[in-house]
Amino acid sequence: MDYDVIIIGAGMSGLAAGIRLAYFGKRVCILEKHYAFGGLNSYYRLDGRDFDVGLHAVTNFVGPGVRGTPLPKLLRQLRMSRNDFDLQPQVFSEIRFPGVSLRFTNDLNDLIADVAEKFPAEADRFRKLCEHVRDFDDVVLLSDYQSTRETLKEFLHEPMLIEMLLCPIMYYGSAEEHDMDFLQFVIIFKSLYCEGFARPRDGVRKIIKALVKKFRSCGGELRMQTAVERLDVADDRVTSVAIGGGETLTCSTVLSSAGYVETMRFCEDGPTVPADEVGRVSFVETIAVLDKLPQQLGHEAAIVFFNDCETFTYAMPEVPVDLRSGVVCCPSNYEGHDDMPEGLLRMTWLANSGVWMADGEEAYRQRKIDYLSEFKTQARRYVADFDEHFVVSDMFTPRTIQRFTGRVNGAVYGSPRKRRDGRTHLKNLFLCGTDQGYLGIIGALLSGITIANMHVLAEE
Amino acid sequence: MGDQRIKNIILEIISVVAPDAEITDVKADVRLRDQLDLDSMDFLDIVMELRKRYKIEIPKEEYPELATLDSCAAYLGPKLAAVPA
Ligand SMILES: Cc1cc2nc3c(=O)[nH]c(=O)nc-3n(C[C@H](O)[C@H](O)[C@H](O)COP(=O)(O)OP(=O)(O)OC[C@H]3O[C@@H](n4cnc5c(N)ncnc54)[C@H](O)[C@@H]3O)c2cc1C
Repeated sequence: MDYDVIIIGAGMSGLAAGIRLAYFGKRVCILEKHYAFGGLNSYYRLDGRDFDVGLHAVTNFVGPGVRGTPLPKLLRQLRMSRNDFDLQPQVFSEIRFPGVSLRFTNDLNDLIADVAEKFPAEADRFRKLCEHVRDFDDVVLLSDYQSTRETLKEFLHEPMLIEMLLCPIMYYGSAEEHDMDFLQFVIIFKSLYCEGFARPRDGVRKIIKALVKKFRSCGGELRMQTAVERLDVADDRVTSVAIGGGETLTCSTVLSSAGYVETMRFCEDGPTVPADEVGRVSFVETIAVLDKLPQQLGHEAAIVFFNDCETFTYAMPEVPVDLRSGVVCCPSNYEGHDDMPEGLLRMTWLANSGVWMADGEEAYRQRKIDYLSEFKTQARRYVADFDEHFVVSDMFTPRTIQRFTGRVNGAVYGSPRKRRDGRTHLKNLFLCGTDQGYLGIIGALLSGITIANMHVLAEE
Repeated sequence: MGDQRIKNIILEIISVVAPDAEITDVKADVRLRDQLDLDSMDFLDIVMELRKRYKIEIPKEEYPELATLDSCAAYLGPKLAAVPA
């Protein structure tokens, strides 16, 4: 078969790119190796219950009248409406460090006021930081690396405030350990603190089903359980795409959302990727079903980012899981979610992917059980004592992530080196999604749109 | 194709590209971008919709010709002449 564009991966970025291209009449085929759509943010059913693989929060939420931010932009570009995503805003979230916590909502002024109360000496300086972030040009595709930690020190004097602000931002989108590029910091600062969190009542399936339906209605073709095995190359171009069973497909352009390292491995002539460009940041995520809603047990925050010491370490730990910090999400603490039939809690920790990958089956199962009890201990501290309400749990590890999405090391945010213009060493192969550099659900959607526009639609 | 018809086509396209834009009293001689808050992504989309619907090509250098409804009518008139009324 011959296509205008072949897209590798039916995750958020691949689907968004596909919609743009199919809408404008391109012959597009998305190839997805899994049997489910959604990639890192997919959904599944287990023992009669619906679960999301990853969804804590859809970021970048703004109300109906707001224009010019990522969410309304991408809805326009996809010719979709706010109703298609059914986004219900959070009430509030918290950052908890020893002895102090900060509360933020979908209105930056609430965070500004809370910083002024908890760190009075920093009030003006934090306001200046917010202005700097607002005026920072975050749509440039090429810029020099600028250390966020160094930049924040120029604005703020209180080290713990810096750590507290960084904690949610790094958890929700840093592929780099310890520090991050200030451009990435700005993008995520806006998506979390200036815009905010929301959730569809049915979870991420609402968004994915809407995207798939849109893609198909535009005439796009989707082939599931079809893994790309090799990209054949001649004269600096992909000439054909080899999928299982000896079949090959041809096309003018390939967009890959599988990741940079992963995509280079498909290329016949793929360059060796330096070790420091291979992502290492991965997570363990535990989901607990409760017979009561957490708000009935006194827990009202949508998301809590916690850290049990004054400095925050964001890196792959030596141990299987770094229990010092984490993120707890309570899906029923979004507006309109209080009729959920059962309570849900999700907890994320930084994990050492090597340890989880190396375990034999039995050791792996046992390790999961051990960490379930750690989960209950931490939940007691940061949420509520829910032991007697516990029904059932499920757990993802770096190993699950690698198995289902092919991401090396289960590195959720991919390579620490982003390629913002999407280009590779081949003239008709481009990256979209995670390794292009826009992260998270909204980021990945915007990435697919941007790369489809820049390298296919605007090129003609 | 008459000027008014072309202007209506552009407004209809804007309502698809930017459904939340208020298009009831757009001034024909004022830049669309100044009255409707369309960004460069939206502008590319207007061009693409014209191509999709009427198979007309607009080179990048000529995008400024689409600045106002009046200039759209003047510029697109000859290009749309071939399209049946
Ligand atoms: C546990 C967890 C929780 C998260 N929580 C949130 C959250 O609350 N909010 C948020 O905004 N973001 C969250 N994220 C991040 C978000 O899910 C990702 O940033 C986003 O989904 C990335 O989309 P993508 O299109 O770049 O990549 P992916 O989703 O990884 O898509 C790539 C696709 O390519 C497919 N593929 C790979 N190799 C091949 C091949 N050889 N052939 C064919 N197909 C292939 C994969 O199967 C996959 O479907 C979370 C992630 C995880 C893992």
